[in-house]
Amino acid sequence: MSDASPHNGIYKTDKLIASDIDAYLNIHQHKSLLRFITCGSVDDGKSTLIGRLLYDSKMIFEDQLATLESDSKRMGTQGQEIDFALLVDGLAAEREQGITIDVAYRFFATEKRKFIVADCPGHEQYTRNMVTGASTADLAVILIDARKGVLVQTRRHSYLAQLLGIKNIVLAVNKMDLIAYDQAKYDAIVAEYTAFANSIGISDFTAMPISGFKGDNITERSVHMPWYSGPSLIAHLETVALDNDADQAKPLRMPVQWVNRPNLDFRGFSGQIATGIVRPGDAIRVLPSGKTSTITKIVTLDGELSEAVAGQSVTLCFADEIDCSRGDVIAAADSPPEVSDQFESTIVWMADEALVPGRAYWLKLGTQTVSATVQSPKYTINVNNMEHMAAKTLELNAIGVAEILTDKAIVFEPYANNHVLGGYILIDKITNATVAAGMLHFSLRRAQNVHWQATDVGREAHAALKNQKPKILWFTGLSGSGKSTIANEVEKTLNLLNRHTFLLDGDNIRHGLNKDLGFTETDRIENIRRVGEVAKLMADAGLIVLTAFISPFRAERDMVRAMMPEGEFVEIFVDTPIEIAEARDVKGLYKKARAGQLKNFTGIDSPYEPPENPDIRVNTVEMSPVEAAEHIVRQLMPLK
Amino acid sequence: MTKTLTHLARLEAEAIHIMREVVAEADKPVMLYSVGKDSAVMLHLARKAFYPSPPPFPLLHVDTTWKFQAMYALREKAARDAGMELLVHQNPEALARGINPFDHGSLHTDMWKTEGLKQALDEYGFDVAFGGARRDEEKSRAKERIFSFRTATHIWDPKNQRPELWSLYNARKAKAESIRVFPISNWTELDIWQYIHLENIEIVPLYFSAPRPTVTRDGMLLMVDDERFPLKDGEVPVERSIRFRTLGCYPLTGAVESMASTLPEVIQEMLLTTTSERQGRAIDHDQAASMEKKKQEGYF
Repeated sequence: MSDASPHNGIYKTDKLIASDIDAYLNIHQHKSLLRFITCGSVDDGKSTLIGRLLYDSKMIFEDQLATLESDSKRMGTQGQEIDFALLVDGLAAEREQGITIDVAYRFFATEKRKFIVADCPGHEQYTRNMVTGASTADLAVILIDARKGVLVQTRRHSYLAQLLGIKNIVLAVNKMDLIAYDQAKYDAIVAEYTAFANSIGISDFTAMPISGFKGDNITERSVHMPWYSGPSLIAHLETVALDNDADQAKPLRMPVQWVNRPNLDFRGFSGQIATGIVRPGDAIRVLPSGKTSTITKIVTLDGELSEAVAGQSVTLCFADEIDCSRGDVIAAADSPPEVSDQFESTIVWMADEALVPGRAYWLKLGTQTVSATVQSPKYTINVNNMEHMAAKTLELNAIGVAEILTDKAIVFEPYANNHVLGGYILIDKITNATVAAGMLHFSLRRAQNVHWQATDVGREAHAALKNQKPKILWFTGLSGSGKSTIANEVEKTLNLLNRHTFLLDGDNIRHGLNKDLGFTETDRIENIRRVGEVAKLMADAGLIVLTAFISPFRAERDMVRAMMPEGEFVEIFVDTPIEIAEARDVKGLYKKARAGQLKNFTGIDSPYEPPENPDIRVNTVEMSPVEAAEHIVRQLMPLK
Repeated sequence: MTKTLTHLARLEAEAIHIMREVVAEADKPVMLYSVGKDSAVMLHLARKAFYPSPPPFPLLHVDTTWKFQAMYALREKAARDAGMELLVHQNPEALARGINPFDHGSLHTDMWKTEGLKQALDEYGFDVAFGGARRDEEKSRAKERIFSFRTATHIWDPKNQRPELWSLYNARKAKAESIRVFPISNWTELDIWQYIHLENIEIVPLYFSAPRPTVTRDGMLLMVDDERFPLKDGEVPVERSIRFRTLGCYPLTGAVESMASTLPEVIQEMLLTTTSERQGRAIDHDQAASMEKKKQEGYF
C-alpha cells in the first residue's frame, strides 16, 4: 500500500492497465458489486467523503478536475483547497442554493469491487430520500461529525437503515482531523452510539475514525491514528459480505414477469430470481395456485444453464402445462411462501397528500399489482426519538405501522426474510403517483385461519321465524333534515305491522360503539363502515334495520350496499335543502359551525354527496315526518 | 456453495428485469437506437431479455441525416440481425429547411433531435421509450430515475418524479403521458466497453483507430465523412490515425488521435486517458447546466 497516494489512487492494478490490459480486464470483469448508502447532513462532510472516494479511485478526469479547481475557488467552502463536495452536487437549482434535494447515484471501483453509492442528502424530504436510497443498499455508512457526536439525525439515519433491513452498518466518525485525532473523544462517541444502536435492535456495526477531507482511514490506515486497529473504509467495503450471496441460501423464489411464448412449441416463464438456486429437475410450485411441476430447462441467449442463482434474470420451462402468468411466483415445491390478503406492515408515506385510511390504492409487490386499503395506523414512529405516537393518518415522511388489506390474496414473505416479496409501493389510483413504500411483517392470518363459523340456524331461518324479509333502511341526509324523526316514525309503523326492527341512530352509536371516532373524513369513513357491519349482523339475525346517519360520502354508502344481498339495502334520501335544515337547527349545531366552533360540519365545511339514484326519496319541505314515514312504508310493502 | 455474481452479471440482470417490466406494463414501447456503443449494448440486452422471442418492440432511430456513414451501414444490419423492425424518423421541417450543424449551431440539435424525437413518439403513439443514458455520464444525470416521467408535452419536471424503491417500478400513467426508461442507468463507461468485449458485440468501426481524413475546427478534430463538409479555401483534409469515443453527428463529434485498433487497446486508452467522455461532444460545453436544460426541454 506504500505506493498509494491521493493522486494515483488505490489501484494496484493501475500499472496493469498500461502493462497488461488483458490481465487488467480479467480482474475487473470478476469484480463483485456492493451497493451502499451514505447518510449524513451537509455538515457531516458526506459529499466531501463521496468526492474523496471518487477522487481516490480515479473516477475523476482531468477536465472534471480543472472544473473542480475553478469551482472550488469560486464557490467552495474549503478556501483554496479542492472542495470535493462540489464533485457530487448535481442539479443546477440545487447547486445555486448550495443544497442537494434528491437521491444521486455515484460509481467507483477498486481492484476488488465495483461500488454504487446512493447519496441521500438531508433536509425536509430526508426520510423519503433515504428510504429510497436504502432500499437497494447492502450497507449504510452513517457519518458523524466528531466535534458533535451522536445527534438526533444520527438516530434517524440509523433507524431508517435498520427499518430498510440493511445488515451492515458503518459508523464513520468523520472530521477526526478537527479534534486532533483524539482517541478518547472517538471512544466516547462509539460508546454512546453503541448504547443507542442496541436499543433499536442494531446488534452489530463497524465503527471507524476517518477524515474525508484529509483522507485518513479512507483508502489506507491513517498514520495519525495508530491507536485504531480496524480496517480502512475502503478495505471494509471491499470485504463485507454481500446480501446477494446470502440470498442464494434461501428457498427458491422467482416472481414471473412475462410469459415467453414465441411459438406453440415453447412456453417459458421469465423473471429475476429473488432468492435461492434453480436447476433443471428441481420440483417447483407455482403460487398462489399451488400447482406443482418440474423445471426442464433454464433458457438464455447464451445457451441453457445448469443452474441459476438469486439475482439472475432467466427464463424457466416446466415439464407440465400448468397455469402460470405474470404476478405468480415460482417457488421451491417443498417450502413455498405464504399467501394472504391481510398484513401488518410498516408504511413510509411519500406524498404531499396524506393517507386516507380505507381508500383503495394500487399495491405493487414483486410483479403483483392489486387493489389495497390501509387501516388507520396503530401508531406512527417519531424517527428522531423512536417514540410511538397515536395517529389517524400518515403525512408526508411519516412512518407508521398499520394493517393493510388486499382485494385478493398475494404471495408474500416477511420483509426481513425477503425484500422482493416483502417490500411494496402504493400508487394513487387517480394521479398514478407512488405515494408510499411499505414492508410486510406478517400475515394477520385471519384470511387463512379465521374461517367463517357455519351455524346451523342460518339467516334464512332467522328471517323465516320472524315471518319477514330482512332489510337495511339506510336514511341519509344533512344534519337537521329529519332522518331520526322520520326513521322513528317508520319504526313505529312497522312495529304496528308486527315487524321486528331495530333503529341505529347516529348520535346514539357515537356515544358507545364509535365514541373513539371524530368527524374527520377518515373517521367518518370508519364510522359508516362499523355501522354497516353492525347493521349487516342484525339483518343476518332477521331484523329490519333502520339507520339514521348523515353518511355524507357516496363511496361509503355504496360500500355498505355491496356488503348486502341484492335488494336488502334500501337507500332513503331525506332531501332537505341546507337553508331549511339550517333554519330548523334543532340541535343548534349550524349556529356553532357558522361561528367556527364546530369543524368538519357537513354542508358547511365538509361536503355532502347526495344519492344519485336513491331507492326512496322523501321531500321534507312538502311532507311532514308522518307523511314521509307513510310514503316510505308504502314503498316498502310487501315486507315478506 | 455460493456463486458470487460479477458486477457485470448483476448489471445485465437488472437491465433485463427493467426491460421485461416495461414490456409487461407498457401499451406500446419502443427502443431508441442511436447506433452508438450504448445502443449496441441496449440492443444486445433486449435480445437476451426476450430470447427465444425477438424483442417485442421496434427500434427507433431519430435521424439527423448528419450521422457518420458507417453508422447508417451498421444500423440496418443490427436491426436485421435482431429480427426487429427499424423505424427511422427525420424531422420533415428540419429536412425542408436544410438545418445543418455548420450553419445553424444549437438549432441543429434542437430541431433534429429534440423536436424530431417528440414528433416520432407522438406520431407512432409510443408510451414508453427505452434510452441508453447512464448516470455516470454527467452530473445532473446522477439523479435521473430509471423510469423518467414526461408530461403530455414531453416536459421533464425534476420536482415531479417518482421515488424508485427496490426493483419496483411504477409504470402507471395518464393517457398521453409517457415514460423514458433507462435500463443501463447504473453502468459506467468502462462497464459498457467491458461488456462489449466480453459479449463480442458488434460496434461501429469508428470506435477503433484507422487513418481517416480530418480537419481541425475550434480545437476539435473533425472527420470529413462526406462531401457535405464545407472546407475552407485551400483547406485539405489531413489523414490522421483517429478514433471516436462517442458518436453523434459527424460535424459535432470530436475525434481523438489514437493507435488503439482493438477493444482491449481502446479500453486501455480510455482508462489511461484524462478527459471525460462527453468532452468530445460540443453540446455540453455551453454552460455547466446545459444538459439539464436540454433534458427539461425534452432532449433525451
